[in-house]
Amino acid sequence: MTSQVSGIAASDGIAQAKAYLLIEPDLTVEKTSVTDTGAEKDRLTKAIDESKEQLGKIRSIAAESLGEEEAQVFDAHVMVLSDPDLIDQTHAVIDNDKVNADFAFKQVTDTFIAMFEGMEDNAYMQERAADIKDVRKRVLARLLNVTLPSPATIDEEVIIIAEDLTPSDTAQLNKKYVKAFVTDIGGRTSHSAIMARSLEIPAIVGTKNITELVKEEDYLIVDGIEGEVMINPSEEDISSFNKKADEFAQLKAEWDRLKDEPSLTKDGQHVELAANIGTPKDLEGVNNNGGEAIGLYRTEFLYMDSNELPSEDEQYDAYKKVLEGMGDKPVVVRTMDIGGDKELPYLELPVEMNPFLGYRAIRVSLDQDSVFRTQLRALLRASVHGTLRIMFPMIATLPEFRAAKAILEEEKVKLIEEGTEVSDSIEVGIMIEIPAAAVLADQFAKEVDFFSIGTNDLIQYTMAADRMNERVSYLYQPYNPSILRLIKGVIDAAHNEGKWAGMCGEMAGDQIAVPLLVGLGLDEFSMSATSILKTRSLLRKLDTAEMKELADKALTECTTSEEVMALVDQYVS
Amino acid sequence: MEKREYNVTAETGIHARPATLLVQTASKYNSDITLEYKGKSVNLKSIMGVMSLGVGKGADVSITAEGADEKEAIEGIDQTIKNEGMAE
Repeated sequence: MTSQVSGIAASDGIAQAKAYLLIEPDLTVEKTSVTDTGAEKDRLTKAIDESKEQLGKIRSIAAESLGEEEAQVFDAHVMVLSDPDLIDQTHAVIDNDKVNADFAFKQVTDTFIAMFEGMEDNAYMQERAADIKDVRKRVLARLLNVTLPSPATIDEEVIIIAEDLTPSDTAQLNKKYVKAFVTDIGGRTSHSAIMARSLEIPAIVGTKNITELVKEEDYLIVDGIEGEVMINPSEEDISSFNKKADEFAQLKAEWDRLKDEPSLTKDGQHVELAANIGTPKDLEGVNNNGGEAIGLYRTEFLYMDSNELPSEDEQYDAYKKVLEGMGDKPVVVRTMDIGGDKELPYLELPVEMNPFLGYRAIRVSLDQDSVFRTQLRALLRASVHGTLRIMFPMIATLPEFRAAKAILEEEKVKLIEEGTEVSDSIEVGIMIEIPAAAVLADQFAKEVDFFSIGTNDLIQYTMAADRMNERVSYLYQPYNPSILRLIKGVIDAAHNEGKWAGMCGEMAGDQIAVPLLVGLGLDEFSMSATSILKTRSLLRKLDTAEMKELADKALTECTTSEEVMALVDQYVS
Repeated sequence: MEKREYNVTAETGIHARPATLLVQTASKYNSDITLEYKGKSVNLKSIMGVMSLGVGKGADVSITAEGADEKEAIEGIDQTIKNEGMAE
């Protein structure tokens, strides 16, 4: 029987394949008394040996698809499994308490985990606790005779079904086999959605209960354009979807022809279509999609993909790679935005009630300025390899901007004194994501070189609605006139001082928002690389004067988000 | 029984990479090898044991090997420590 489920369309495209359930099995351990302790110890040895063998396989697959560095985490896992203390202590529990291996192993690993987690002075230990938890799952699954999903070992075409995908899950996905994914939770801006767009695979998130509806071996069709999943479709359904997939492929081919064309409106006005990236690896996608600049380089992945603070040289290498990879095209690098939903175990950030309103981004940088200085030095050194622009995130007040800029200047002077060459044309700007900065944009515009509007946060802060909280997700309203007025204020403030204004949130690539933003005079649009060609194609249909009229109407006549959407519809179609 | 004493000079102490390397080296030998710090001793072949000591920079530690290949073991470990600049 065919059934249909809908969710939030997070990444374009259509795919069909069988389901792969990335769902953790029940690993609850029961305590039982045993008489043959030797047999229990043998079971343990076998489970550990099989786990090691499996880890070896995963490691080599991961090394091939993701690189040697990503694969090394599995070496650490093998080392934990080879630990004589762990094995001896588990044997001792089996012998002394006459209990089953599962229970003994759980008890001993619990002790180790508690010990490492208790070592507060060393964040590195917290990660080792996570390693132990991870390998324990593997061994317990063997002992309990259940299958543990491991996305890295997938070797046939599948569609992944999961509650949510963590960064380590997505790091293991091989695009060759994973054709799409569908999750229970998440929104357009959640990690999994952003990853899907950067991997260029269709995805649907926020279906609420896909994991309950789909069973292993079910055949699925995923329509990432409409946000629909079909479970066990009929022949008829499949052929109508094939038709749709063909149409989408044609549309894509049409967009692809615009790759080397300039981004012009119908009346020949140029706007810059830039890409958001997280690592130098993303450059390929930017070039394949005809990106004219990098509008947002999120540097926190350098920090998140590491077990310790990245060194100045490591950072320099990454920045240089991106700058050189873009040639003369500008690259806006956002300094570290850690905190909020992005934690770093080794920085020991406090656990907060409201992390999005707390110790985050520039607030951390100004407080722990040695970390910040290292990043700025790496950036300044890399500046000679291209057109660098530096952007500070989460600026609320002018003194914050002034303090950050002063630190930048200090490091620049030091480097020059040390005889290091530094570019003297680095633009320094801020991200506008806090309403306070948007409201005071006219004052900021006198001191900064540019603005980049971060709409994901600007909307959540303006609406006072956590974008991770599904109950209030209706308040994520990019087209609400209140948001549009704030954006207009920022763009006008920049232009009055002869500066430029860009946007690097999801909204910049949104097909309903783009006409409004063209009308408001936005200079630069930065989005997922995969949205660039679609947006370029849309731009060619828009007349600037008409869009200006549209934006004026939206700002003066519309009272709700819905009215704005209806108005755009009138103007664009 | 072979015994050597060291003063830890590595910035991070015996954690992370240094700990991993020491355990890998120790595991190559058959002798019983222990690491002692502040009166507590652990099996140097156990990564979790070594890390549980929390040896930081400036700590005085001793390493003991006992068994058929104790001489080779203590030399091999000594070399790893010196090569990596972990301690002197």
